[in-house]
Amino acid sequence: MQSITCECGHSNPYGTSLCQACGKPLDNDVEVLSSMRYEGSARRSQTYNKTFVDRTWNFFSSVRVGVWLIIIILVAAAIGTIFPQETFIPPNVDPATHYESEYGTLGLIYYLLGFHKLYGSWWFIILLGMLGLSIIIASLDRGIPLYKALKTQRVTRHDQFMKKQRLFSVSKEAELEEIKYTLESLRYKVREEKGNLFAEKGRFSRWGAYVNHVGLIIFLTGAMLRFFPGMYVDEILWVREGEKASIPGTKSEDGQYYLENKEFILEMYDKEEKKFNSALSSVDGEVAKNYQSNVTLYKTKPNHTIGEDPELVKVKDGEIRVNEPFKFDSFALYQTDFKLNEFNKMSFELEEKATGKKFGKLTVDLHEPEKKYDLGNGYRVEIEEYFPNFILNEQKQPSTVNNLPDNPAFVFSMYSPDTPKGEKAFVGIQKNIEAGENLFKMSFAGIETKDLTALTVRKDHTLWIIALGGFIFMIGVTQGLYWNYRRIWIKQNQDGVWAAAHTNKNWYGLKKDLDFLSEKTSLAALVDKESDTKEEYRSSRRV
Amino acid sequence: MKKKRLWFRSALLAILVIAIGYTIYNSIFEESGTYIKKGDAAPNFVLTDLNGNRVELEDYRGKGVFLNFWGTWCKPCEREMPYMQRQYETYKEQDVEILAVNVSETNVSVKNFVDRYRLTFQIPMDKQREVTKAYGIGPIPTTILIDKNGKVVGRTSESLSEEKIISFMEKIKP
Repeated sequence: MQSITCECGHSNPYGTSLCQACGKPLDNDVEVLSSMRYEGSARRSQTYNKTFVDRTWNFFSSVRVGVWLIIIILVAAAIGTIFPQETFIPPNVDPATHYESEYGTLGLIYYLLGFHKLYGSWWFIILLGMLGLSIIIASLDRGIPLYKALKTQRVTRHDQFMKKQRLFSVSKEAELEEIKYTLESLRYKVREEKGNLFAEKGRFSRWGAYVNHVGLIIFLTGAMLRFFPGMYVDEILWVREGEKASIPGTKSEDGQYYLENKEFILEMYDKEEKKFNSALSSVDGEVAKNYQSNVTLYKTKPNHTIGEDPELVKVKDGEIRVNEPFKFDSFALYQTDFKLNEFNKMSFELEEKATGKKFGKLTVDLHEPEKKYDLGNGYRVEIEEYFPNFILNEQKQPSTVNNLPDNPAFVFSMYSPDTPKGEKAFVGIQKNIEAGENLFKMSFAGIETKDLTALTVRKDHTLWIIALGGFIFMIGVTQGLYWNYRRIWIKQNQDGVWAAAHTNKNWYGLKKDLDFLSEKTSLAALVDKESDTKEEYRSSRRV
Repeated sequence: MKKKRLWFRSALLAILVIAIGYTIYNSIFEESGTYIKKGDAAPNFVLTDLNGNRVELEDYRGKGVFLNFWGTWCKPCEREMPYMQRQYETYKEQDVEILAVNVSETNVSVKNFVDRYRLTFQIPMDKQREVTKAYGIGPIPTTILIDKNGKVVGRTSESLSEEKIISFMEKIKP
């Protein structure tokens, strides 16, 4: 593993193909042109393959590995869009059974492999982590040697290096001062050494790829931090009008936040109004103008116990509209969804079937029905069974889908002086089934509804990190794309003045500079060894 | 020089592996910022049961608590209830309590259910879903095992067999 000392006296790390200082090919079969990409530096220390750490390092250093990681991640992300993600399946179902019942065996496999919450599945995080590792290691392995090589490069280059550049010429004689002046007028940085010149321009564009990678790493770090406690909250909060609910993710040492939904407002555009008439005439149905929740924020005392009736202190009032969140501390509440006219209370009257005579009215709170309703004079009604969201199950038994009163049904027992043992009836929406021949029935007497609002509770301390990463990424891209590193070497040799030039891309631009140079000075025009247009196109695309 | 490089490489790889590992660890419990998992202290809560009596978790310190979240409409919950009742009768002598928190249902429905299955353990009623939210309960049934020191020693969302319930009871028995 000894270092290689070039004939110019510079000591190069093992594996270097072009001397960092003078550019002499250190290995006889090395082609200068193809080695220019990383300045012929020992970019991959493949030779250090002794330990596990080195082997891991070298694996991730490979660009090929990096590209494969990107492909695998893209394919996985694409597969993740085949069935809906867990966030988008109905909230009350168990994903373990939902995917299989909905999409069959493929759905089950999808679920078992964790595609249903792709960004949170361990193997996807490992893939992203490996990509991060690959970016860091590949950049270090290339960036540092490149930096060293560009920093130590000398004015005087080896003949072999000069001769093997793509653009090369030999002039009989040339006025150095003139060349220097002309290149400086083209904003080249020119150094002189023993009558030789080295002019360079836009070296910083070579760092573009690395700046870009730093941005990516910051971006990935931000994405990773979302999983760390306290950095990121993304929850849904449903609140019924007139009710207060605790806001998920907002419990801290000094209390828990609560939110009251005072009113949910849904406004539609008025089609008759002149201003909107022409725009809306082609649309069927109504067009929403505004979704709004009027809310009040409260906070509990610091020592609030979960579940206990909270002692609330009002913090502030607010209005939430789409894209106009309600903010407090580092949280924001966004208008996300709503449910209009949820059944809240149902009223019935006890009626004698033969006469139609009514013996009192009862109002059932669908969220907390009473067991008994006493109507006076010996008339009363009891609720035997309550099905908030009625369904006949597989055994044809009355049952409920869940605890939401979307389709309420009851089994009532009706008692009167004439029927002291009680009469039973099953009553639901547009259903009234009697257990036998009843004298009485429950007749429907009205319904009260309430609106619900759904808000997204969001806290995101990672957003600025992700934005910063994205910004740095763009700086790197710009740096590498809109600038290029042009170099021109002038060397005094016995047979005349040698000139060679190189750029990492945009050979056209470099040639224009050189044309200008040979026009203004006595320097012979540089000849392009690869003047083929196809090659020009290809190398101009090489980043 | 060579040693320095090995150290640098090992350190960088170690940092990244730790970062990724910690991220995965968090992602498994990412359901909610307040997701209660194994090893956490079980947050105290106060609810009332069907008869209006106050039930506070802290009062059970010193006993093992089998904390179950359920609903009458949930079939897997219904399936495990008789097993829970039977094992409750065995293990209540050994200082294991069952708190079966009902998730936001009406007294009428729950009362009927309790009568049908003759349940005798505590049924705290989480009307406002406050406890359900605080414990980050997604699908029900979810069972959380709390030891005598108030520490969570297990959590599962599967429908439990009687054998499983017995093994849980043994685990939290003081």
